[in-house]
Amino acid sequence: MATVTNSKVPQIGQRNKKGQLIVDPNELFFLSPRTSSFLTGSEVIREAIRRSSVDFSVAYPITPQSEASSLVGELYAEGYVGDYMRGESEFAVMGQCAGAAFGGARVFTTTAGPGTLRAFENFPMWAGSRLPIEVVFTVRGVNSPLSIQPDTLEISFMLETGMLLWHAETAQDLFDFMLKGYYVAEQPEVHLPIGVICDGFFVTHTKDTVMMTPEDLALPHYDPYRSPVVCMDMEVPPVRMMRDPFVMKSNYISYMTHASWQLEIRAAIERSRKHTIPLLDGLIEVENPDAEIMFVASGTAVSQSREAIRLFRDKGVKVGLVKIKTLRPFPTEELRKATEHAKHIFVPEFNVAGWLAREVKSTIDRNSRVIAGPHVAGGMTMPPEIIIEEIEKYLAHSRNKELVHG
Amino acid sequence: MGKKIQINKEFVDIMPQDYLDLVETGTYESPNRGWKDFGTATELIAEHSLCAGCPESIAFRHIMASIPNPEDTVMVGSTGCTSLVFPMIAVHNIHSLFGNQNAIATGLKRALALRFPDRVKDVIVLAGDGATVDIGLDMTLQSWFRKERFTTICFDNELYANTGGQESGLMQKGFLAKMAPVGKKFEKVRLPEIARESGCDYVAVMTASKPSLVEKVIKQAVLIAREIGPTYIQIYTPCILEIGKQSMEGLQEMRTSEAPGERFKFREFISPEAQSFLDGLAEKKKAEKLAASEATS
Repeated sequence: MATVTNSKVPQIGQRNKKGQLIVDPNELFFLSPRTSSFLTGSEVIREAIRRSSVDFSVAYPITPQSEASSLVGELYAEGYVGDYMRGESEFAVMGQCAGAAFGGARVFTTTAGPGTLRAFENFPMWAGSRLPIEVVFTVRGVNSPLSIQPDTLEISFMLETGMLLWHAETAQDLFDFMLKGYYVAEQPEVHLPIGVICDGFFVTHTKDTVMMTPEDLALPHYDPYRSPVVCMDMEVPPVRMMRDPFVMKSNYISYMTHASWQLEIRAAIERSRKHTIPLLDGLIEVENPDAEIMFVASGTAVSQSREAIRLFRDKGVKVGLVKIKTLRPFPTEELRKATEHAKHIFVPEFNVAGWLAREVKSTIDRNSRVIAGPHVAGGMTMPPEIIIEEIEKYLAHSRNKELVHG
Repeated sequence: MGKKIQINKEFVDIMPQDYLDLVETGTYESPNRGWKDFGTATELIAEHSLCAGCPESIAFRHIMASIPNPEDTVMVGSTGCTSLVFPMIAVHNIHSLFGNQNAIATGLKRALALRFPDRVKDVIVLAGDGATVDIGLDMTLQSWFRKERFTTICFDNELYANTGGQESGLMQKGFLAKMAPVGKKFEKVRLPEIARESGCDYVAVMTASKPSLVEKVIKQAVLIAREIGPTYIQIYTPCILEIGKQSMEGLQEMRTSEAPGERFKFREFISPEAQSFLDGLAEKKKAEKLAASEATS
């Protein structure tokens, strides 16, 4: 039977109630004229949402994302966002987001650190329910002791939730990833939640130059009838979802149902590659691929690595870089190829665990080449001079070892 | 058969018989649907996987017969015995996590209101007392504070049934249970009173023993939630297993518990706004009846 859609939803070529022209996503991403703006990361989040035809957003105050959430509230007051509310906790917020996504809305929220962990049970549920919610994680320290400082530890918790995870290096990445994220996450063969990650404070609270798409162009609205699972709006009734709920069965069919669905979520992450690669110009970016010393990094650790590379160049040492843009899907083959000539692979990280180094070690061959570090944590900065010092110390040490063992 | 509920002609010959029955003799779009359809129409819940004689299955059946607008109703459940039944009911329903049902319903109702501004889409939460009062209390109350427009139904069996009979907040004081090894030490949480104070425009406490009463309460609660504000129904659905009763004793247990002075004696709270809305509905019905009788005489 035909589904009933709201005829008031503007289609491509039509204007929404704010006068924005709805355009083809690729036209918005690649053909629309871009103008330079000087904005904080939080303001960038607001500007991306202004252009994303978002139906529903839920806010909860937490540092450092509270500013971004409040700014999205201003967009709602101006009429750019369909509905907006403050939830009572991050756990509830992610439930409210899920409810709206189950009901066919395009949803946005943002959280950080302790909020991410409080909300945690929701994320695999979002993925398992195939809800293409976009959440910006403005990552920060996880307590305790109490910390509000930048730290990327929470990302390690997110890696196996079944969500797409893209890690922005800069405010420009953040803007582009947010817009393109909806496009990829909502593809019928993907249809998964997406976490767009940026490093709290370093990106959210500093001003940066961002090339913006025009304010009067917006993404097409979400079409819930392209979802691979039924939208919960009773537009395609009647339905009995199951005749025999497998949750109460302890048999091979129930295990198989669960296992195959989990595999399908992972497969959907992999299927996002073909949409992501042309939009982000690959899942990785490589600098000096023939260098013997390479950095592999994501987020602002990439920017710090770039600085270190510049300082090394001044010393006459050639150092390369692999910037990882998407943590899920993980760029396995790309990374293997980009690091095949490297002798030493350093993974600088803003967390104590070194989760990215673990990911890299488990991906490439001859993984004794991978050095987990340098690390900073708890809000410490990572000046390029420190990176250089650590690397030189390591290399001197390994040379000495070679001499000793001859 | 209503206009909205149809099967694509191309698929009719491959649809299972029970699906065809739902479309052909179901009660979607029936303006006077109710428990009296039992036996003459295909019900929205055809079978269940609960224990034999479970009063929850009786309550579920009465509720599904009574919801006024099933063709445009989405239900939200939670983890527990109800989550074993939901996959088998013939309206869209969501299970996501344990205790977050009123948060889910909040987002869902708002999304449906945005997407279907000119149509009625009802949202009904149905969850157990653990989900409503213990793990989910925060989200239950907050949805009422915000005056979210949906109905919350709590199947109160006064314990955690699905996990094996542990203490819950709605358990009676002194009851000996798992996790209450010397008897529950505090009073049954007074959620109906809390609901009234939290912004619910309609609150009812009852058992599932009388289908006509369940029908009346459900219809009132859904219509008030649609037009006025949040509504809450607490229904005693005893877990016969955990209170040591036989399969055939569930109905009597409900009847005993709703006797005068007992904790599930029927009581309801109706806010002045909800009352004037109900009065308006009654007036309208009366006028329609009068017009119909004048037309036939």
